[in-house]
Amino acid sequence: MSTSTTTAGSTVRAPRPGFKERVDSLPRALKIGLWVLFAIFLFLLPMLNIPVITTEGSDFGGVLFTVSTYVLVALGLNIVVGYAGLLDLGYVGFYAIGAYTVGVLSSEHAHLSWIVVVPIAIGAAMLSGVILGAPTLRVRGDYLAIVTLGFGEIVRLCLVNSQWLGGAQGISDIPKPPSLVVFKVPSLDWSGGVPVIDLDTTSTFLKFGISDFVPYYWLALIVIGLVLLFDILVKNSRVGRAWEATREDEDAAELMGVPTFRFKLLAFALGAAIGGLSGALFATKSGFINPQGFELLLSILFLAAVVVGGAGNRWGVIVGAIVVGYFPERFRDFADFRVLVFGLALMLLAIFRPQGLLPPKRTVRAKRADARQAVLEEGEGNA
Amino acid sequence: MQYLLDNFFALTITGLTLGAVYALVALGYTLVYGVLRLINFAHSEVFMYGTFACLWIVVFLGGRAGGSLGSVIFWIAMMFVAAMLMSGLIAVLLERFAYRPLRKRNAPPLIALISAIGASFVLSELMGLRQQITGAVGFDTYLRVYVANSRNNTGMPEVFSPQPVFTLFDYQVTNVDIFVIVGAIVLMVILDQFVKRSRLGRGIRAVAMDPEAAALMGVNRDRVIQVTFLVGGVMAGAAAVFYMLKIGITRYDVGFILGVKAFTAAVLGGIGNLRGALLGGFVLGLAENYGSALVGTQWKDVVAFVLLILILLFRPTGLLGESLGKARA
Repeated sequence: MSTSTTTAGSTVRAPRPGFKERVDSLPRALKIGLWVLFAIFLFLLPMLNIPVITTEGSDFGGVLFTVSTYVLVALGLNIVVGYAGLLDLGYVGFYAIGAYTVGVLSSEHAHLSWIVVVPIAIGAAMLSGVILGAPTLRVRGDYLAIVTLGFGEIVRLCLVNSQWLGGAQGISDIPKPPSLVVFKVPSLDWSGGVPVIDLDTTSTFLKFGISDFVPYYWLALIVIGLVLLFDILVKNSRVGRAWEATREDEDAAELMGVPTFRFKLLAFALGAAIGGLSGALFATKSGFINPQGFELLLSILFLAAVVVGGAGNRWGVIVGAIVVGYFPERFRDFADFRVLVFGLALMLLAIFRPQGLLPPKRTVRAKRADARQAVLEEGEGNA
Repeated sequence: MQYLLDNFFALTITGLTLGAVYALVALGYTLVYGVLRLINFAHSEVFMYGTFACLWIVVFLGGRAGGSLGSVIFWIAMMFVAAMLMSGLIAVLLERFAYRPLRKRNAPPLIALISAIGASFVLSELMGLRQQITGAVGFDTYLRVYVANSRNNTGMPEVFSPQPVFTLFDYQVTNVDIFVIVGAIVLMVILDQFVKRSRLGRGIRAVAMDPEAAALMGVNRDRVIQVTFLVGGVMAGAAAVFYMLKIGITRYDVGFILGVKAFTAAVLGGIGNLRGALLGGFVLGLAENYGSALVGTQWKDVVAFVLLILILLFRPTGLLGESLGKARA
């Protein structure tokens, strides 16, 4: 749908052009320029130390890293919940499998290099997704929720009870990824009210240390960029349309020749792979993992991120992940009350923005169709 | 294996008492699911408030162990009244504030789950923060017995001491065990008859079967849903009483894992099916106990979930099949 304003008759067009349409109508060069600027801004975000946004109690680089793992997880879960419409309450299971694969292969039982381990972790998570999905995706939607919930718990309990996997103590001394020192980035100092470049506090581009978490954030940003690209390509392909058809009406899709089961399994496996990838990143950054980091609550927070943002819209789920990952860190002052506030926020959101903060385009489209329908019906009624 | 055979009856009895609690909580899930097609995620908190109601009423009235039969009956009655009132109230409030606004706006089903999760956090945190909250208004010293150490386990004074009643192949069955198992079955029969015979029960079945047709026939859907939540809450309150008699310790997050188990029990028996919930609860309690005897207690929860997955694979509608609406009229 084009909203070019060259024609005089465009005033008839009832719906206001959305954000997406307005961005689309910008010249291509400007668009690319804006994207590059935005990417640079994201890369520099931990250095800018912008007041209000920056967390005071905890290291801002670390918080940004946490938020970016949430974003990554939300993108993965969005494929399962948003695109394919499968309710997954045990996503943390894949996240744990990714993290533990890294832990086991690089520290506990072998000492493979990080570059080798991460693809294996992705593969392991994907395989577990297929193993779980193949028998369970045939059961009905609501049951899938409880089966996946059970899966998440089984994974966690296996981690707690298996000494081979480190038991309740978990795995420590997970090695850092190989560093690649390119340049140093200074940070800004706002203590005087005006920003001053502070050359003493710097972060080195991609030098993975133990005290400076900014390089991990950069790594996560790069990964998010790649996953996002992949996500866009897949969503706009035949596979994406097959998912949409399956989600809207499985029987109709099947009749139209869409092998729905296979596509659901594909969604499950891809989602699991991305979950495993973010688990692997988490293990890399924190250096040690234990079963307490993979509780059921985390699955629920992941799902909340997807639904809060707007399941099915990749930008929406990113916003949702930022909300769910960032606000509890920002408001650490109210540490005791933050879960309470988070719960209240979820309830209010459910009431006032039931489609999520940024509803997927399909619902915008559907809303327009509804509006047209309403206009037509009203016209008949009045005539 | 030898351990399982040696302690078979002990495991059976404890499994049944645990299963009775699961079954009663499972009823709440099953009823709401049958009527609204909604996983009432916050139901576990309804149960948790019931356990605290038991505890508070006993502390408030100064309960002590070793009373006569009359006093034991009095304490249990008090606990039932308090827990059922509290849980019923919480369940109705939950419906009023977390679900009804969504129904009015025709929200997609997934968002109801989010609202439920939010409500669950709010309810359990309110209980976990009761010390700070009462402290903020200056009541914390006055209410110290009720609110101190609100993040830790709180134990209830034992008012109904377990006494062995008879011995079943080396295992001494206590009066608490018998009370819990028989009590759960009696409550279940009452509920079954209520849904089957009463006017409101007919309304519940009608809405479960076809909400629109029920509305056309003059059933007030909102009222039926409210009653459903109330009944589910009251049953969770009863479960809380049994839980406190058997375990005696509670905490603000006690509902979580129990809720997951109870939901498992509901699915196991066939969600939406009342008798299924009873069967599912007992089967789950037994399977958990036998399974943990075979492979070690630390795998207890794994056994429960593996059982669930197996049942869903081979019999996706649960042991007794689904649907409140299709229950024999």
